[in-house]
Amino acid sequence: MSASEYERTPGIGDSVRHPEIGERLKRLWESEPGLRGWLTTVDHKKIGLRYIVTAFAFLVIGGIEALIFRLQLSWPNRHVLTPEQYDQLFSTHGMTMIFLYALPILSGFSNYLWPLVLGARDMALPRLNALSYWIYLFSGIFLYAAFIAGFGPNDGWFNYVPYAARAFNGGPNIDFYSLGMVLFGMSTTVGAINFVVTFLRMRAPGMSINRVPMITWGTVTANAGNLFAVPSVSLAFFMLWLDRNAGTHFFDVPGGGQPLLWQHLFWMFGHPWVYAIVLPAMGMVSEALPVFCRRPLVGYTAVALATVATMVLGFGVWVHHMFATGLPPIALSFFSAASIIIVVPSAVGVFAWIATIWLGKPVFATPFLFFAGFILLFTMGGVSGYMTGSLPVDWQLTDTYFVVAHLHYVLIGINVFPVVGATYYWFPKFTGKLMDERLGRWNFWTMFLGFNLGFFPMHVSGLLGMPRRIYTYADGMGWDWLNLITTVGGFVFATGVLLFLINVVISHRRGRPAGDNPWDSPSLEWATTSPPPPYNFAVIPTVASRYPLWEDRMPRSVRESATEAGLVLDHGREAVGTGPLDAQPDIILKMPSDTIVPFVLALMLTVLFVGLVLHWWWLAVLGLLGTGAAALVWLWPRAELGETAEAKSG
Amino acid sequence: MRLPRALGGWGVAITGLAGDARASQPLNYLVSHGLQNDVTLPLTKALIAVSLTVVLIIGLLIVAAILRRPGLQPVAGARLEVGPEGGGLSWIWIGVGLSSLVLLASIAWTVAVLGQTVHPPSKPKTRIEVTAHQWWWEVRYVDENPALDFATADEIHIPAGEPVAFKLIGGDVIHSFWVPLLGGKTDLIPGLTNESWLQADTPGTYRGQCAEYCGAQHAHMAFLVVAQSPQDFRRWRDSQLQSPAAPQGEAAQGAQLFTMHCGSCHSVRGTDAGGVLGPDLSHLMQRQSLAAATLPNDPAHLSQWVSDPQAIKPGAYMQKPELTAAELAAIRAYLGTLR
Amino acid sequence: MIFVVFTEGALFAYLLFSYYYLAVQPHTPGSFPEGGPPEFTLAAPNTIILLLSSAAVAWAQFGIEHGSKWRLVWGLGAGTLLGIVFLAVQYFEWAEKKFSLPSSTYSALYFVVTGFHMAHVLLGVLMLAALTLWSALGYFNRFRYAHVHIGALYWHFVDVVWLAVFFTFYVTPHLGLSA
Ligand code: HEA
Ligand code: HEA
Ligand code: HEC
Ligand code: CUA
Ligand SMILES: [Cu+2]
Repeated sequence: MSASEYERTPGIGDSVRHPEIGERLKRLWESEPGLRGWLTTVDHKKIGLRYIVTAFAFLVIGGIEALIFRLQLSWPNRHVLTPEQYDQLFSTHGMTMIFLYALPILSGFSNYLWPLVLGARDMALPRLNALSYWIYLFSGIFLYAAFIAGFGPNDGWFNYVPYAARAFNGGPNIDFYSLGMVLFGMSTTVGAINFVVTFLRMRAPGMSINRVPMITWGTVTANAGNLFAVPSVSLAFFMLWLDRNAGTHFFDVPGGGQPLLWQHLFWMFGHPWVYAIVLPAMGMVSEALPVFCRRPLVGYTAVALATVATMVLGFGVWVHHMFATGLPPIALSFFSAASIIIVVPSAVGVFAWIATIWLGKPVFATPFLFFAGFILLFTMGGVSGYMTGSLPVDWQLTDTYFVVAHLHYVLIGINVFPVVGATYYWFPKFTGKLMDERLGRWNFWTMFLGFNLGFFPMHVSGLLGMPRRIYTYADGMGWDWLNLITTVGGFVFATGVLLFLINVVISHRRGRPAGDNPWDSPSLEWATTSPPPPYNFAVIPTVASRYPLWEDRMPRSVRESATEAGLVLDHGREAVGTGPLDAQPDIILKMPSDTIVPFVLALMLTVLFVGLVLHWWWLAVLGLLGTGAAALVWLWPRAELGETAEAKSG
Repeated sequence: MRLPRALGGWGVAITGLAGDARASQPLNYLVSHGLQNDVTLPLTKALIAVSLTVVLIIGLLIVAAILRRPGLQPVAGARLEVGPEGGGLSWIWIGVGLSSLVLLASIAWTVAVLGQTVHPPSKPKTRIEVTAHQWWWEVRYVDENPALDFATADEIHIPAGEPVAFKLIGGDVIHSFWVPLLGGKTDLIPGLTNESWLQADTPGTYRGQCAEYCGAQHAHMAFLVVAQSPQDFRRWRDSQLQSPAAPQGEAAQGAQLFTMHCGSCHSVRGTDAGGVLGPDLSHLMQRQSLAAATLPNDPAHLSQWVSDPQAIKPGAYMQKPELTAAELAAIRAYLGTLR
Repeated sequence: MIFVVFTEGALFAYLLFSYYYLAVQPHTPGSFPEGGPPEFTLAAPNTIILLLSSAAVAWAQFGIEHGSKWRLVWGLGAGTLLGIVFLAVQYFEWAEKKFSLPSSTYSALYFVVTGFHMAHVLLGVLMLAALTLWSALGYFNRFRYAHVHIGALYWHFVDVVWLAVFFTFYVTPHLGLSA
């Protein structure tokens, strides 16, 4: 191999003694100001924050939907909503929370944090990153445009056929939902590829596989899972769309199709997905909780393995959502046993976190409260899953509010609580300012008490037989007070969320300055300034242990990680590629500059889907051609990326 | 609905010690009146107990772990001492080890219960076909002798103390057949026929409910299971095979109107009304409730239903009839003769 | 690209899962596959054409690894042409079918699965065409051919998927999986 631009021996520099390195890098990496820069940026930090803001917006929207239909349910026979309005509201609520909030919020955090914790300049595929965000945004708008026009999904988030078929659901509601989900699936897939490649290629030199920060384990596992899970649901929705629009007979019984095929395809995706929307959050806790316990996580290897094991087992339990479908009991009992066994890796996590607190010295900051609360809520949500895992018991529990209780305890307990805690923890990194602690405590206790007040009674109403997805219920079923308490609790919880948003806004305006490393954390994201410069690190850090910034104080630790001196890499936008296991540097990667192409590609794809859903075929063709053209421009080999022969000269 | 009763509800739900839950909490399955639920309930309660215990232990451990030492207050930027890596693995081993024992025991018990609930203890003598429609239940009693077959709707009579076999047919979309006090759910799926069985321990009326979301009126898709002593059941069965008596006076006029306006959807045994889109009304007056256990079956509610079903079940597949008050009264009078 | 291949592979796995799931349900005789097990007349030679095209692309790959731009251009070009032939033959095969998309569950599966595959072949052909153009423009040499590598990987993948599709639709019915 001859010497070339990306095989040259890069310079070693010291960022403290030579601040001009930073100046130079800034010119290379900074996005243009103004609208143009806003549309073209590929900076993972900007994209990450966009993800976070968009996903929180969807949380608020989905939450308000829930509050509205809680008013309807607060007492028997109320008439706040018509049945059709109720059905669209609860379905849109589920869709929003599961798809538009729960995964994107975690992708946002991971997007922002990954290159920083890995000691890299950006994600491996920055343009794909931008593409993934734009498709997410457009698919959200696509789905909500239908909702606002009165055509929101109305068959629950899992959208069972035949009720979703044209014969029973004549409006365009399900067409929008189907195509919207296919579009959204593309965003997820693209994002997932990026995470997996980044994990394998972009770690700082020396960050071997047993030293990667815990936060990345959850995300990489979840996204690897998504690569295999998402095609299933995209395909199912596409087939449904064909059934509805091209007269095919996949699910349609008179034509020889099978309603259960839908359920299999949906849950083969659905169950892995519910783990995908919590594993990254658990990773955030495993990353940040130890900081507040002043000691490393107990059982790093065990927790990392448990994360992977959960995902793998998660592919083998989907039928527990279909226990009442009348499948042969022998088959069902296999899935029942698997659902109970899947508790084991979760138990590893729970005991590791408790041991970390037990053996550490807790610092009572707001993030700590959220993480400690999370452990309890996870256990509560987990044990109700364990109960529904038992086949004969689930024949009673399924489709009652007991399941609604389960899913909110796991989703809010393992997603929302860690996410809010993580916001308190990383807000200083995002903005350079601390969030208010006093308001933080109020925030935590309102959310925690409101949540339990609202959702614990759902277990009881479920045991008293209240079915889910009913728009009203009769007097004298024994559910009325329970529902009133649930509604009140829901509003208290919402107040807690509101306090959180208020805290974000006022701290952003006039929070206390945080300094570079306010929590005295051990990982690399705190080795650069807060907020970080566009290029993240002036020199590429070198890593020699799991906790680089604690090496100087941790008993029995090596002290060889370096963050001030390292590879410089300033011939254009560059990053270092390292080996997947040992993280030895093996290549200089040429990183793409800002470009409008991802935005255009996402827009054209959306045009294609709008054309399809409205049956404006000319528009669909236009979108398809536009997509193709944008892809061609994107892929055209470029000298500055080292993709063509000319690049050899340098 | 006074508050004490609600508190009582919690107690009942958790302990299952209801007086007669059939009345105050008709779907509370922590009370059992049927063989399937009798077998499952101890397991359900055990899992609840295990779950509460696990939550309690974990909760106490978290609190103890936090309060064990004086905690630190956060000070931005302070450099604090850091503990060593390693240690604490015994927590994971012990915790996971104990949990696994509980889990294995749960699996074993689950399988044992399954063995007792999948098949009825003896071969059922009564066979009932239930077809679910948006949003009502078609019920057919089938006999070796087809002349003894008959149909009814929304109310299922069974003999108490013996198993009854159900054939569950999906009529349009997916629904789920569920009588909580007697046993668990089974879906009714178009294109498939599911089998299930129930056995009521004692005579009584048990509420059932559609448990799979099936559209606008999923909420109002309930039914009643009336368990009777075998003699009473046989008497009821015989009565269903009779055609209703010929109507007189206003009712006779009502009968004509009924055949004209309602007969395309509803059937009445022995008349020209032979529709199948709605419930069979041959012995309507014998039923306790109307419109899939949404209203009590009394004259006032019946009038209300017939004159404007959409006000009660918006979206239901029976439109508001375009009839004068006098015509409605005649039809009402006729319905009153369907005993 | 390898991860695109994973996720697309999963997509086809779910498609074929759907086929087998629906195939084992009860059917009226002769309706699954509709019109009886499909013939090999066109499909078997077409399989060979696709394999040849993969071989041509591999030949081009080895070529550029040894610095032969000539082999690169011709190999990719031949791969592209063979891909187009495959598409044309598939088109005739489709046109010959006596059923259409909405006829039955089988017809829906047949057209959707082969359609998905054809869409992938089309995409692959476009990629190969672009690569041929870029090679002709002299963009690649012994050290810079990542694009070629990626495109070829995709093309081999499309080829392997065809083997699975072929086995499922053309072979299994003769092995008794039909009604
Ligand atoms: C968000 C993430 C998430 C997570 C993490 C889980 C976790 C689990 N889920 Fe849940 N589940 C959902 C989201 C999730 N679920 C959703 C959204 C639905 C509803 C979908 C719908 O219908 O709309 C659902 C529905 C659902 C069902 C179907 C119910 C029904 O419809 O009838 C079942 C059935 O088995 C189930 C089981 C489980 C199990 C066994 C776990 C386990 O992984 C839990 C393991 C964890 C613990 C148990 C706690 C920690 C362990 C210990 C402290 C050890 C000691 C414990 C014991 C000895 C028990 N889930
Ligand atoms: C992350 C997931 C998530 C979250 C956070 C929530 C949050 C809430 N959910 Fe949701 N829920 C689901 C996921 C989630 N849910 C899913 C998947 C289903 C199943 C759907 C289906 O069956 O298909 C479901 C179903 C579901 C049901 C069952 C409906 C039915 O079966 O008929 C109910 C009923 O009470 C409910 C209630 C609530 C309530 C009260 C909240 C509250 O926590 C909401 C709290 C409110 C907010 C978070 C908003 C706060 C914001 C403000 C106060 C506004 C301030 C405004 C500005 C500053 C502009 N949910
Ligand atoms: C278009 C078909 C249709 C017509 C016409 C129709 N019905 Fe109905 N009817 C239904 C359906 C469907 C139901 C079940 C509604 C539900 O519970 O969701 C029903 C339910 C009922 C019930 C309650 C039955 C039960 O089992 O609880 C009564 C009583 C009734 N109809 C009477 C009438 C009368 C009287 C007329 C004529 C004036 C009439 N129906 C006309 C379709 C029809
Ligand atoms: Cu029928 Cu719900
Ligand atoms: Cu699941």
